Amino acid sequence: MRELTYLEAVREAMSQEMRQNEDVFILGEDIGVYGGAFGVTRGMIEEFGPERIRNTPISEAAISGTAVGAALTGMRPILELQFSDFMTIAMDNMVNQAAKIRYMYGGKGKVPMVLRTPAGSGTGAAAQHSQSLEAWMAHVPGLKVVQPSTAYDAKGLLKAAIDEDNPVIFYEHKLCYKTKSDVPEELYSIPLGQADIKREGSDVTIVATAIMVHKSLEAAVELEKEGISVEVIDPRTLVPLDTDTIIESVKKTSRLVVVHEAVKRGGFGGEIASVIAESEAFDYLDAPIKRLGGKAVPIPYNPELEKSAIPGVDDIVAAVKETLNHR
Amino acid sequence: MTSLLNLPSHLKKDDLTALLKQMWQIRFFEEKVDEFFAKGMIHGTTHLAVGQEASAVGSIAVLEERDKITSTHRGHGHCIAKGAEVNRMMAELFGRTTGYCKGKGGSMHIADVDKGNLGANGIVGGGFAIATGAALTSQMKNEGYVVLCFFGDGASNEGSFHEALNLASIWKLPVVFICENNQYGMSGPAKEMMNIEDIAARAESYGIPGKVVDGNDVFDVMNGVSEAVDRARNGQGPSIVEAKTYRWKGHSKSDAKKYRTREEEQEWRAKDPIARLRDVLIQEGLLTDEEAAEIKAAAKKEIEDSVEFSKQSPMPTIDDLMEDIYA
Ligand SMILES: Cc1ncc(C[n+]2csc(CCOP(=O)(O)OP(=O)(O)O)c2C)c(N)n1
Ligand SMILES: [Mg+2]
Repeated sequence: MRELTYLEAVREAMSQEMRQNEDVFILGEDIGVYGGAFGVTRGMIEEFGPERIRNTPISEAAISGTAVGAALTGMRPILELQFSDFMTIAMDNMVNQAAKIRYMYGGKGKVPMVLRTPAGSGTGAAAQHSQSLEAWMAHVPGLKVVQPSTAYDAKGLLKAAIDEDNPVIFYEHKLCYKTKSDVPEELYSIPLGQADIKREGSDVTIVATAIMVHKSLEAAVELEKEGISVEVIDPRTLVPLDTDTIIESVKKTSRLVVVHEAVKRGGFGGEIASVIAESEAFDYLDAPIKRLGGKAVPIPYNPELEKSAIPGVDDIVAAVKETLNHR
Repeated sequence: MTSLLNLPSHLKKDDLTALLKQMWQIRFFEEKVDEFFAKGMIHGTTHLAVGQEASAVGSIAVLEERDKITSTHRGHGHCIAKGAEVNRMMAELFGRTTGYCKGKGGSMHIADVDKGNLGANGIVGGGFAIATGAALTSQMKNEGYVVLCFFGDGASNEGSFHEALNLASIWKLPVVFICENNQYGMSGPAKEMMNIEDIAARAESYGIPGKVVDGNDVFDVMNGVSEAVDRARNGQGPSIVEAKTYRWKGHSKSDAKKYRTREEEQEWRAKDPIARLRDVLIQEGLLTDEEAAEIKAAAKKEIEDSVEFSKQSPMPTIDDLMEDIYA
């Protein structure tokens, strides 16, 4: 099979879907000849034209609301929000409109839209361009939240997100864009709500999201050298969350470490830990659940400070050992 | 061919040479930053204002020391014009503790609150309401200062533009909104992103004055802004001043500039605001060639010294990470 980067996989999913479904179009800032801030839509305006690759003014409130309105009336818009930090400006449309319309209207109408947006730190873009705010969106009933970590997952999940009849927030970690994996040429769908076991193991379960999946896999390789067998689970979608896969894994390993880049306080890791605490897996635990997340600080500019604001491979290795050394 | 600028008669030789020097400082600062980015010596992102020196320098030249500004992501020029030390600016880009933000903010967040620079902003349109609020303080505490709010053509399509201008207008706040219309957002041409020629025309809908000036003519900028500042200071409320200009470089560090033509770039380079000022001062007999060369060399040296200063400045340590989150 051929390899694609995560970025190419996202583009391919959109292009293939647009070739077969006239209702799908993209709107966003600088997505035309510029190709979007990260180059994801590069070449698409040449193929699909400016009607379907709609370069918008810098107006996040208007474009998110326009996507909601278009979705409600029969289109299937994909909105590229240039940085996930700007969700704050699109927030009202996503939270008070998109998420609630169908329920408020007693099951009438639907909002089939995807809001794709690059998230995370690691690029030196500092506090207003580096956040991981996915927990906000996961908190809101009516939204689905997807966070792929690999090229293969990105393509399949984006296809599923476009097919969804509900608003989906699709987070693309900037540092994942250049990562590669085998990606089938044909269009395929990965159902929302299916976790993936990225590595099987027996001693400790790590549940990690986005770039932390890659860091956890690195940590697992390190730990293997010391005879520690780590299972790494990527939930892939936060809403819906595949609790079964996580519970089964913890029943097997009896130890859980949860890792995400987002600030630990109020982060989605708390939700995952609670799922285990409330489940039958609780009785199987041999050590307290360990959560790793970003420090409660805005992302700083200086590269060393920036790195130290979020969990690194060493932190994951240490957390796993701590869990194993309990008692 | 450079135009004969409209030399204001009240300006003395020292004032005029100061303007020229500041414009050179900005030019050299930006070119240095560009070079360091290309060499990978500075990380993150940056937005350069080469070609836009006159709108920053001319606007701020008419202010009093106590007046304040809000800046944008393309803010190095505003900062220098408001009297910032280039050493501390450059050190910020190098991520050092001696930088204006102690290495935590980087290019997009330089601020010097003590000197009345309320900060650059990574959020397009983030400054409109903050400037309005700063003007509210001036009015409520009777402090007499005026606030200049810099913004781009692209930013004027954010909803915050409308909300802040309306509010500033009904409360007659002492704020002047300075549009640096450099014809493009990141890539979106102003011509395609709005159906009006002049952003200043939007003033009418708020019942305030709107004036267009030649943004590459430092004196035209000064005259236009000075009128608006007088109004604001006299309690007559806000205005828009729109400076037509052009950014010579790409939007940020990586930009193939596919959205514009080389001919257009050349046309604007011929209107170099620095050369125009220099030539008119020489034509009017206010400056000799040698003096002009000395000013230029002095400005260049200050920037080179700032690099040395930055390289010798300490990096923050991990202990600094959690400092300065709360007051
Ligand atoms: C709310 C928000 N949307 C989008 C961006 C990304 N972005 C940064 S600068 C820019 C273009 C701004 O254009 P303009 O206001 O004309 O200023 P210029 O860059 O031309 O100086 C864009 C789209 C941002 N930083 N903030
Ligand atoms: Mg612009």
